[in-house]
Amino acid sequence: MSIKFKNVSYIYSPETPMAKKGLDNVSFELKDGSFNAIIGHTGSGKSTLMQHFNALIKPATGKIEIAGTTITPETTNKNLKDLRRHVSLVFQFPETQLFENTVLDDIAFGPKNFGYDNEKALESARYWLKKVGLSEEIGKRSPFELSGGQMRRVAIAGVMAYEPDILCLDEPAAGLDPEARKQMMALFSDYQKDGHTVILVTHNMDDVAKYADNVLVMEQGKLIKQDTPTEIFKNRKWLQEHHLEEPKASLFAAKLTNYKFTKMPLNINSLVKEIEDNLKG
Amino acid sequence: MSKILIGRYVAGDSIVYRMDPRGKLLATILFILFVFLANNPISYIIVTIFSLAAVAATKLKPKIFWDGVKPLIWLILFTSFLQLFFTVGGTVYWRWTIFALSSYGITNAIFIFIRFTVIILISTVMTVTTKPLEIADAIEWLLKPLKLIRIPVDKIALVMSIALRFVPTLFDETFKIMNAQRSRGADFNNGGLVTRAKAITPLLVPLFINSLETAIDLSTAMESRGYRGDKGRTKFRVLKWSNVDFINLFYFVLLLGLLLVFRTH
Repeated sequence: MSIKFKNVSYIYSPETPMAKKGLDNVSFELKDGSFNAIIGHTGSGKSTLMQHFNALIKPATGKIEIAGTTITPETTNKNLKDLRRHVSLVFQFPETQLFENTVLDDIAFGPKNFGYDNEKALESARYWLKKVGLSEEIGKRSPFELSGGQMRRVAIAGVMAYEPDILCLDEPAAGLDPEARKQMMALFSDYQKDGHTVILVTHNMDDVAKYADNVLVMEQGKLIKQDTPTEIFKNRKWLQEHHLEEPKASLFAAKLTNYKFTKMPLNINSLVKEIEDNLKG
Repeated sequence: MSKILIGRYVAGDSIVYRMDPRGKLLATILFILFVFLANNPISYIIVTIFSLAAVAATKLKPKIFWDGVKPLIWLILFTSFLQLFFTVGGTVYWRWTIFALSSYGITNAIFIFIRFTVIILISTVMTVTTKPLEIADAIEWLLKPLKLIRIPVDKIALVMSIALRFVPTLFDETFKIMNAQRSRGADFNNGGLVTRAKAITPLLVPLFINSLETAIDLSTAMESRGYRGDKGRTKFRVLKWSNVDFINLFYFVLLLGLLLVFRTH
């Protein structure tokens, strides 16, 4: 059930004066159970690409194979429910999608749509409410009484409650406090380790370095590179040319000019280890 | 939804774009009133030439205007059809129960068809060449006399420009929420009338909440930037009449003159 994009292009409002290219001949393949990060500048086509994963938008040309479904420009809007049960999207600021009277009902909305019966949907809702770090008492409250961060957790629980095989996240931690950010990222990482595929759109290179095992770099609608984080962050000049940031650990390592690094450290743990090795040797 | 052209601005550069929005709004209103003066072939030809000249002056692709007429084409054809078969008088060519095809019917149908089309064309010229905010300014200027009867024109204008400013934002928001709910299995396109009406709840509730929150945030932001009601506020977007606008309005007075001359009494 790997994900395959073949020569996918997308044009916004085609055949009008406002036509604009969103994706330009994008091809790649993602492995099952991998943690993928999509990075790139604002307007580079990350969100456009993401909405292709569950056919919210369909390619203008090309073909997508995902979760046993093939999406082509001719795909109709009918019968996409099965695809969306397997591939789910968490949009930026997902707290705007809450609408039910109670938190539990809101989380159970997705499972119910995908054929869970009432009891099972609520059970799953209770389980995921706990998983995102909220107490059972909150389940009975209205989602609109919660703080922004709590609403975010509820919204994310609502998408994970039917356990999609492929979870796509668009800046899920934007605007969260550091502690909540860490918790959320750990939750996604655990989810991936349970055998699901996670696709993360982000501007935070530390998250990329820490969690991802495959990185896609977008620029002006084109996919300019796909590789492991180590390879992506190896070439500083290339990163600067494409206006991409580096993880803080490798930035710091670059400042330590009198130290020798066998491998550019991408996170704090490996940075500390490398420094220790240097001091010893 | 993206097909609707009314209220959409298309960027371009021609003399029509540089005109004062007040002039354009006045001209559009005048034109719609004047069209009803036309009552014979010559006057309809004059009206058609006038509107086509306005279309040509925008220097935009004709397809844009065809897009403007397209959504209303059934209404136009339906009205013309009624005129065609239900007008009695003149030479009758064909009759069947209540339907009749007469010379009066044919001319009336053609007239109605032209009338509809030119009104849509002229309004499209106005909306595609004028930014929504400029239209709001023009409406504010037109409403100014109402100040005399204590209608809060400034406040109405502010409400109008805020509303216009948030149309695209709300549109984007609507699409985003729709997509988010679709991702968790909501279905907006299938089922009967009742199912569909129910399916809208996950869209409408968040949209209302978001609009209210935006309103509260915006009003706080306005107050913190020194807004204290409409008294003593100055205007940043100042509209200026130029020669082009006087010539534009002159053309429409000319149209009135021509129509009055060639009109049969």
